Amino acid sequence: MNFDFSDDQKQLRDQARRFLAEKCQPKAVRAVLEGKADYDRDLWKGLAEMGFLGVAIPEEYGGTGAGHLELCVIAEELGRVLAPVPFSSTVYLAAEALLLAGSEEQKQKWLPKISSGDAIGTLALFEGTGNPSPAAVKLAVSNGTLTGAKKPVADGAIADFAIVAARTGNSGRETDVSLFLVDLKAGGVTAKPLQNVDPSRQQAELTFAGAKAEPLGAANEGWSILSRVMDRAAVLIAFEQVGGADRALEMGRDYALDRIAFGRQIGSFQAIKHILADMYVSATLARSNSYYGAWALSTDAAELPEAAAAARISATQAFQHCAKQNIQVHGGMGFTWEFDCHLYYRRSNALALSLGSQSYWEDQLIDRMRQKNAA
Amino acid sequence: MNFDDTPQEAEFRAKARAWIDANAPKQYEEELRKASLGRVVLKGANILEVAKAWQKKKADAGWAVPHWPKEYGGRGASPIERVIWQQEEGVFGKLTAMFIIGQGMCGPTMMAYASEEQKRHYLPPLGSGEKIWCQLFSEPAGGSDVAGLRTRAEKDGDDWIINGQKIWTSGAHYSDYGILITRTDPTVPKHKGLTMFFLDMKSEGVEVRPIKQANGNSDFNEVYFTNVRIPDSQRLGAVGDGWNVSLTTLMNERMSIGANVATGFPELFDYCSSLTFDGAPALDDRAVRSKLANWAVKASGLRYTSFRSISALSKGQRPGPENSIGKLVAGSMIQEVAMYALDLQGAAGVLSGPEDAEVAGRFQAMLLRSPATRVEGGTDEILRNIIAERVLGLPGDIRVDKDVPFNQIPTKGRA
Repeated sequence: MNFDFSDDQKQLRDQARRFLAEKCQPKAVRAVLEGKADYDRDLWKGLAEMGFLGVAIPEEYGGTGAGHLELCVIAEELGRVLAPVPFSSTVYLAAEALLLAGSEEQKQKWLPKISSGDAIGTLALFEGTGNPSPAAVKLAVSNGTLTGAKKPVADGAIADFAIVAARTGNSGRETDVSLFLVDLKAGGVTAKPLQNVDPSRQQAELTFAGAKAEPLGAANEGWSILSRVMDRAAVLIAFEQVGGADRALEMGRDYALDRIAFGRQIGSFQAIKHILADMYVSATLARSNSYYGAWALSTDAAELPEAAAAARISATQAFQHCAKQNIQVHGGMGFTWEFDCHLYYRRSNALALSLGSQSYWEDQLIDRMRQKNAA
Repeated sequence: MNFDDTPQEAEFRAKARAWIDANAPKQYEEELRKASLGRVVLKGANILEVAKAWQKKKADAGWAVPHWPKEYGGRGASPIERVIWQQEEGVFGKLTAMFIIGQGMCGPTMMAYASEEQKRHYLPPLGSGEKIWCQLFSEPAGGSDVAGLRTRAEKDGDDWIINGQKIWTSGAHYSDYGILITRTDPTVPKHKGLTMFFLDMKSEGVEVRPIKQANGNSDFNEVYFTNVRIPDSQRLGAVGDGWNVSLTTLMNERMSIGANVATGFPELFDYCSSLTFDGAPALDDRAVRSKLANWAVKASGLRYTSFRSISALSKGQRPGPENSIGKLVAGSMIQEVAMYALDLQGAAGVLSGPEDAEVAGRFQAMLLRSPATRVEGGTDEILRNIIAERVLGLPGDIRVDKDVPFNQIPTKGRA
């Protein structure tokens, strides 16, 4: 058994960490948060130059073809620094959907542009309140065009193309949904940026009024493709969450060592030590669940759906727990705009909702464990 | 990243599996599988005899303590091979509970500090289960403050005379030997005046009184020492160096990484899978699903954390204090799981007789044993301190008695 990343993968992690330490400091995150930019274009370009955007995209489509374990390593580092770029929308969702279900022509057209940083993609699934389900997809298709609205769509206002889930049947089953690829610059779509809990990452409403709908994957297979894409993205986002949780824990630990109260470092008080120990526990459980998810993702194992749900739940809990407790350790300072604690608090809550809520993934996990037990 | 054995590990696993398949006491397999945490009962058989027979059989074939050196009864297996053995032994490993303290903690301490002659004499029967050992550390005034112990050892010629009392000594009532930490110098600070020994539990002046526990079992004991005589040749380590010797013992506790920590989750999931509410499966219930999912990821998180530790071990790293999370998480989880399983049964959850309430009885055994899990071998609070101090590098707790001679430390809260 070797339940760890390889030395090469750890080297890639170090390389990504060094790169991001220089190119993605908190002031860069704040520039996007405070509306001075819609995303960090320099960082995006830099990530492309480093080959990070195409790390899991085969060489024939302009990527480096390294693989998904490598992508997990990079995701963790992006999560640590709260990278204000449309990485997850483009790489975990759009690129994965193209790789799973795209036609050769679609792959040739879009994947090289993703690898080079020349195209931003996203997934347009949600239509307001509620968890993902075939019945919640109302956006209609007629005569090859789409009509309706999607919100929230992560990075919707800056994306060049979207994978859109639309209703193509009324059987009440999963086969009612099909996927379409829409070139957002080709007309028929308007994007409205929306306020959200973490403005360092954009959310938008996309309104489709006769936009050209190019099928992605087989008709009526949309839900099954989506569910595979979501499982894969769940593992990758879990790594971002693990990175964020670890960084929030470090921030809390460092502050507890620096800050003196009652004549002692506050980190010498059991009340503070135990908060930090519990943060470590949740971050460690999340990391271990995510490693299992990484193994299942990289080997396309039959265990992937269950592993992905477990990683997702565990990592969401850990990041939310660490981010909120980091503020508690900082006391009043933690609630000031100028300390970075709230950036992590915001991101932890945005990521928690980014792919369906906790209750959605709890349902996924139990359904899958139940199926396995029945089998 | 993979779950594959190396060729050498695969060969070891195949050998272990074949031997277990041919030799394990299969007649008890089902009962062992169903046994609750802390309560293995075999119908119509004496558990101690069954356990000793299994251990002896393993010893004769060289499987009793695979990771020990050959000259002391082992086969020199690597740490990862030891884990492979535990994985393959599976439910039959539940029979070895009474040997764990002796083999996991006393044995390694003997290996580090006893004479070669003593090692060759005492270790093989410890490994084979013929002799059972206990660890005499805790005292009524000690608890988490292990070094606050008061049992005295005074030099008398070539012997030492022991007086005092130990408590929470698992298995003392059936143990043949014990390792014992004593105070030999009360005029120096508490960690400096300690000395370690091993002794025959049948020595004159040793009295073992089982403690009836909150769950009705009697696994722990009080042990009284009245003028017990121990030859100086049974001292482990230097006079006054007992604290360091005891740290060797406690560090070895961490080597006992199992592939599975008991959390109660598999039992709860099984139970919920067969449960219905008004004819509808309980697993369709949103609240049940949420509870189960949250415990499921803790159980899997612990499992994969142990896989990461095993991987680190196989690369030659030593298990570190980060392994404290297993007991910390599992301890409170099993308590919560048991309470929830009983809550699901409504008023009937209160019943515990095996005939009237097979399911409730099982979770009640968990409920009543779990408080001990959270205390024994380090309380939740001590484990959090260990993580905070040794993993995260936070300052140690303030210890006002650290540099005070032991006999000047206050002993009562209110003077």
